[in-house]
Amino acid sequence: MNFIDWIRQPWPWYVAGPLIGLTVPALLLLGNKPFGISSSLRHICAACFPANTPFFKYDWKKEVWNLFFVTGIVIGAIITVTLLSNHAPVVIHPKLSAELASVGVVNTEGLVPKDLFNWESLLTVRGFILMVIGGFLVGFGTRYAGGCTSGHAIMGISNLQLPSVIATCCFMIGGFIIANLVLPFILKL
Amino acid sequence: MIMETKELAPEKIKVKQVDTNTDFEVHSDHAMCVNNSKLDKPLWSNIKFAFAGILFGILLVKSEVISWFRIQEMFRLQSFHMYGVIGSAIAVGMISIFLIKKFNIKTIDGEQVKIEPKKFNKGQVYGGLLFGFGWALTGACPGPLFAQIGTGATVIIVTLFFAIAGTWVYGKLRPHLPH
Repeated sequence: MNFIDWIRQPWPWYVAGPLIGLTVPALLLLGNKPFGISSSLRHICAACFPANTPFFKYDWKKEVWNLFFVTGIVIGAIITVTLLSNHAPVVIHPKLSAELASVGVVNTEGLVPKDLFNWESLLTVRGFILMVIGGFLVGFGTRYAGGCTSGHAIMGISNLQLPSVIATCCFMIGGFIIANLVLPFILKL
Repeated sequence: MIMETKELAPEKIKVKQVDTNTDFEVHSDHAMCVNNSKLDKPLWSNIKFAFAGILFGILLVKSEVISWFRIQEMFRLQSFHMYGVIGSAIAVGMISIFLIKKFNIKTIDGEQVKIEPKKFNKGQVYGGLLFGFGWALTGACPGPLFAQIGTGATVIIVTLFFAIAGTWVYGKLRPHLPH
């Protein structure tokens, strides 16, 4: 297998994980920025719809680096699917595959399941819960918790912060509850 | 990178007098991931963070951590992949911060690296659980939402819009929520 073919495969965790971890020192040394992405949502609120709310009345222009960073993420993803991908279907666990097939989710061609997340299903009950309510909970929960996977789980725990350990445990508990106890019913809708 | 700081003329670094009052909300307990640099740099200087974002976006897609399938496998304990990615990222981040502190490594502008400690409040529990619910539904945290859109899943723009709406509603309700 040549190098280009290897690059175009999905990368194993022991390659990608340490490289993701290097984002922490990279941002610190490039300009004293703590790694954290959910703040970008707050900066967008502050820039576009501050609505006289104290929480959004701050100098968001000082935090604009964060918006440059998330714009970079979109561009990086576009580069990856155009140049660095072999477009093979996602290999998933047989049990998950069987569970999803039983509710009509069979297409594993993209990282986002096309049978669940598409414009047509946006106004179905299932699609609305997954995309609209799910998105709302991500934005509301991360800001309430003061960070997300990057800010708490990676940056916070790397800096040995107990509140971040607590937050990360709560992310996982919340995810376990929904994925195992609630999602199977939502998928049947 | 660190060597460059010695060549940087000191007059080029303009230290801005920061009125701490304007930053009160940003530096409050419930906010984080903010700019800790005191330098007043021009807008274009942020382009380096766009490049960092591009590399990070490539990693998010190639590691498949933005995949709804991988998130479901993680919460169903069907795969080690996500635990491996997040665990090894934390290990590398931890070693990096340790080394930066131990050897007092400066930023490329010669500033001292400053990381604000986080204070505990109940929001980390309530908000953490709510985010966990959303993570399992959407299969994405905020970074992956941006990456998913980049991979061509355009409908995720709607999810991102409602994530922004969620943040906005939190900002509105914040005085009434337990912390």
